Amino acid sequence: MTDTVNAPDTALHTATARQLGHEPGLLPDGWEMVIGLEVHAELATESKMFSPAPNRFGGEPNTNVHPVCLGLPGTLPVVNRKAVELSIRVGLALNCTVGRCIWARKNYFYPDMAKDYQISQYDQPLNVDGHLELPSGAVIGIERAHMEEDAGKTVHVGADGRINSAGYSLVDYNRAGVPLLEIVSRPDISGPEQAKEYVEELRSILVAIGASDGKMEEGSLRVDANVSVRPVGSNELRTRCEVKNVNSLRSIGRAITYEAQRHVQLYESGEAPIQETRHWDEEAGRTRPGRSKEEAEDYRYFADPDLVPIDPSPEWIAEIAASLPALPKERRDALIERGGSPEEAAIAVGRALDALALAAIDAGADADRVLTHVRNNLAVDGAETLDASDFAELVKMETGGALTATQAKQVLAEMVETGNDPASIAAARGFEAMDTGELESLVDQLIAEHPDEWARFNSGDDGDRKRMQGFFTGQIMKATKGQADGKIVNQLL
Amino acid sequence: MNSAQSADLDSVIGIAQAVRAGERSAVDVLEQHLARISERDGDIAAFNTVTDDAARQQAGAIDASVQAGETVGPLAGVPIALKDNMCTRGVTTTCSSRILEHWVPPYDATVVERLAAAGAVIVGKTNLDEFAMGSSTENSAFGPTRNPLDTSRVPGGSSGGSAAAVAAGFAAASLGSDTGGSIRQPAALCGLVGMKPTYGAVSRYGLVAFASSLDQIGPFTRTVAESAAIYDVIAGPDPRDSTSIPQPHAAVTTALGEGIDGLRVGVITELSGRGNDAFEPEVTEATVAAAEALSGIGAKVEDVSIPTAVAGLSAYYMIAPAEASSNLARYDGVRYGLREPGPNTASMMAASRTAGFGDEVKRRIMLGTYALSAGYYDAFYGKAQRIRTLMIQEFDRVYEDFDVLLSPTSPCVAFEFGAKADPVTMYYNDVCTIPSNLTGHPAISVPFGTGAHGLPVGVQVLAPMLGEPVMYRVAAALEGMAP
Amino acid sequence: MSSHDETPGAGATRAHLTTDDVAKVAKLALLELSEDELNTFTGQLDAVLDLAEQLNEFDIGDVPPTAHPFGLVNVFRDDVAAVGHDAEVMREEALAAGPEVEAHQFKVPPALGEAP
Ligand SMILES: [Mg+2]
Ligand SMILES: [Zn+2]
Repeated sequence: MTDTVNAPDTALHTATARQLGHEPGLLPDGWEMVIGLEVHAELATESKMFSPAPNRFGGEPNTNVHPVCLGLPGTLPVVNRKAVELSIRVGLALNCTVGRCIWARKNYFYPDMAKDYQISQYDQPLNVDGHLELPSGAVIGIERAHMEEDAGKTVHVGADGRINSAGYSLVDYNRAGVPLLEIVSRPDISGPEQAKEYVEELRSILVAIGASDGKMEEGSLRVDANVSVRPVGSNELRTRCEVKNVNSLRSIGRAITYEAQRHVQLYESGEAPIQETRHWDEEAGRTRPGRSKEEAEDYRYFADPDLVPIDPSPEWIAEIAASLPALPKERRDALIERGGSPEEAAIAVGRALDALALAAIDAGADADRVLTHVRNNLAVDGAETLDASDFAELVKMETGGALTATQAKQVLAEMVETGNDPASIAAARGFEAMDTGELESLVDQLIAEHPDEWARFNSGDDGDRKRMQGFFTGQIMKATKGQADGKIVNQLL
Repeated sequence: MNSAQSADLDSVIGIAQAVRAGERSAVDVLEQHLARISERDGDIAAFNTVTDDAARQQAGAIDASVQAGETVGPLAGVPIALKDNMCTRGVTTTCSSRILEHWVPPYDATVVERLAAAGAVIVGKTNLDEFAMGSSTENSAFGPTRNPLDTSRVPGGSSGGSAAAVAAGFAAASLGSDTGGSIRQPAALCGLVGMKPTYGAVSRYGLVAFASSLDQIGPFTRTVAESAAIYDVIAGPDPRDSTSIPQPHAAVTTALGEGIDGLRVGVITELSGRGNDAFEPEVTEATVAAAEALSGIGAKVEDVSIPTAVAGLSAYYMIAPAEASSNLARYDGVRYGLREPGPNTASMMAASRTAGFGDEVKRRIMLGTYALSAGYYDAFYGKAQRIRTLMIQEFDRVYEDFDVLLSPTSPCVAFEFGAKADPVTMYYNDVCTIPSNLTGHPAISVPFGTGAHGLPVGVQVLAPMLGEPVMYRVAAALEGMAP
Repeated sequence: MSSHDETPGAGATRAHLTTDDVAKVAKLALLELSEDELNTFTGQLDAVLDLAEQLNEFDIGDVPPTAHPFGLVNVFRDDVAAVGHDAEVMREEALAAGPEVEAHQFKVPPALGEAP
């Protein structure tokens, strides 16, 4: 069910618009975008929403089916408890009010909808009135997150394989009845970048709490964008178009920008967009009007008499809330509190290395070095297996001068491979910081051997000084096979 | 009829006792019934399908178990017919509709599994008004069923085939489905006992849906005791039906003997037929006579007014078609059933539905589509569902002062074919039975004397939610005193 | 359900059903009607709507609609997938019922437009 009207929440909306402004450069001056997203997330269950057929991606056509999800006469739906529990998890993670809800039938004829109605939720959904805070600090309102069943797949086989061309269609019900949560945001999103940020953050939450595998490429996450524009600073909500089939982060940005620009062009040429469903054409890089029937849809929603209401007890909700893991935002904040930058914190959480980094920092390692290693040197398989205290030890050796940055990087790589501790690896590689005495005599010797370079070093010209500093450092590193500590060399020079 | 006869050789209980004791073979019992079918079903047309081969295997297996000294179920060897809207694996299930004429379900309805587990022998699938929409079985796509008591008359409906099969002795008992009276009314018109259980007491899994919030499966039998015996087998929770009542089923057979001394019986003024010329006088009188008979053996009988009861018909003809319009959308020629060609999917679907459904089904689909459509929902479907809540509240209040309620089952005895061609006139047949479907309460029709043309008249006993035990006690008492 | 519009046709003075109304409903329900059928059905359906007018004689106040006569809530099944022989046989039998099947899929004439 994707046709829920976004109830305008002007208060929350303007707050967000003021707080962020719009993304400049995409629209002519004086215009801003107003975007709401409807994200369909497939829930990570073993079986389907109402039938015992397996919920798994792909497989031979019509192998993940059962009389119930094929809508055979006489069959009845029974709700999958796990799907409800996962939906409540999402509702709580999105700060929604979770409460009594009922199932509704959305009636329409289409070959891949086995009963020719979709079991969804209409005027009494499970989760309402939540919000999602993005890494950038923007707060996006969540209108509702309701449960429903997915449809099957209709493949159009024709002369050119396109819809409406001659030929025929084949219907596969493997996906029919897969549990979905439709998460409907308020029109609080101010541009394509923020839309991507919203989807990425939502995706990381769904994955973190185990509600969905979040695989956009497998259709586990499908995005429809409600796009409209308005003069900057106004609170109005103008005619919106629902852009469907935007199923990669890249196309989300492109589709929203295209559609918003189309609206502005219409307004500036004295016309206006009509409220309609449009489809994003990835190759053509444009949206096209949907081919839905000319007369207005009439879905004849009514409470499904085959199902009873869901009325989650406070105890059940509390139990689910208690079982929620730390959400991406809390995990980023923990690193930021310890001196990490928001970017590095986001990377660490994105690579699920935040727990490792946190432990290393709390074991006394320098936060900045720890997060630098996570960003630059730990984008590798097995990084998550690092022992936090070894990692902390390595960073301490480095900041204590026992290892140069170059050496630390090499040792770290070997720690990931072998799991050995940094001290023994460093020893095995013969990495020992030279004592400053040796280094001093080496520096004096080099200065004696290269008087011209030494002169230019002292010429007072910054450029020369830098170049010569590089020259001497290079010579020393060559002589010491890279074991000298660059910082100390510079001091000596 | 009286309960003494429930021990007759041909009765559910008589057959089961004899077969379990090894005094009679299930195969002999079956052949006797199959012989009657081949003899007379040509005239009656109770069956869409006679499953004689499968039945012979079932019966043979029962006899084998008995000989092997294995324990067999309470319905061992009892020949039972099923309304053809209950799914039977490997046996066509047509709903007497062209659109499902050749459909073979891949699974058994829960009630079919329970009957088989109890040792019953399924003799065939019986005719009905298409998708159970009707009160005469004239709406079957395969032609009407005739009333065995007078073949110029209808057996009632929609479960007319199941009623006729028992009345003609083709089966010891049968199952029907009751959405607005489709078990009780044909039972009354064929001189049988017909029972509509509490909503959710019997699983709907495998019952092809007409109106999901009203449909219930129940038994047709010649006597009250047999009805109780069948009900005890088919009732009970089913995890495959979300609307099935989770509490374990409390047996009713044991309650039958308890008598009715001191029970409080209310006669529903609005449904009594008094001063209502839409009711045949004999029907109205039968209810009065039944009430007097009950007070004669110690019941406290009073009239009671239930104003919303008259709203039942209106509410029903909004709710049932609305649910049906959605339940019958799936018959689109894509996955099963009749397909008519068309240039694109939508036109193929429309051509298949147009060719596959009869007029009454089309009428109700369109009525329900209208009742649900934007702009009319609140005035029609929404309002009807609220009236329904009012009815439940009102009946619950009445049941604080009464144990059971009494009314006629049908305003008239069996009528002639074509006598009620006008839809609304036909709909009025269900005025007394519909309230129990809307409230979800149980009700039973018991034969009580005869009316015009010497045809049987049925009296209806209504009881509160899960009130089957007291309902059966009263039904048994009436049966014993029937003229 | 509260989200549905208040009806224009409600109340004792219901506008009578027209053939246009019925034609629109038939289209929604994917049923094709001849002129004669359209006229006959319009009269018959209008008569049933007259019957429904009775509903207006009752003051429903703010009583909620009936969801389940027994008031059941929270009926769930465990998240277990049916696999193995029975499930596969059932699946094969279900597919065998298809009016037209190609490459293990249900074959239909070209489907116009997209699903909602
Ligand atoms: Mg997936
Ligand atoms: Zn949806």
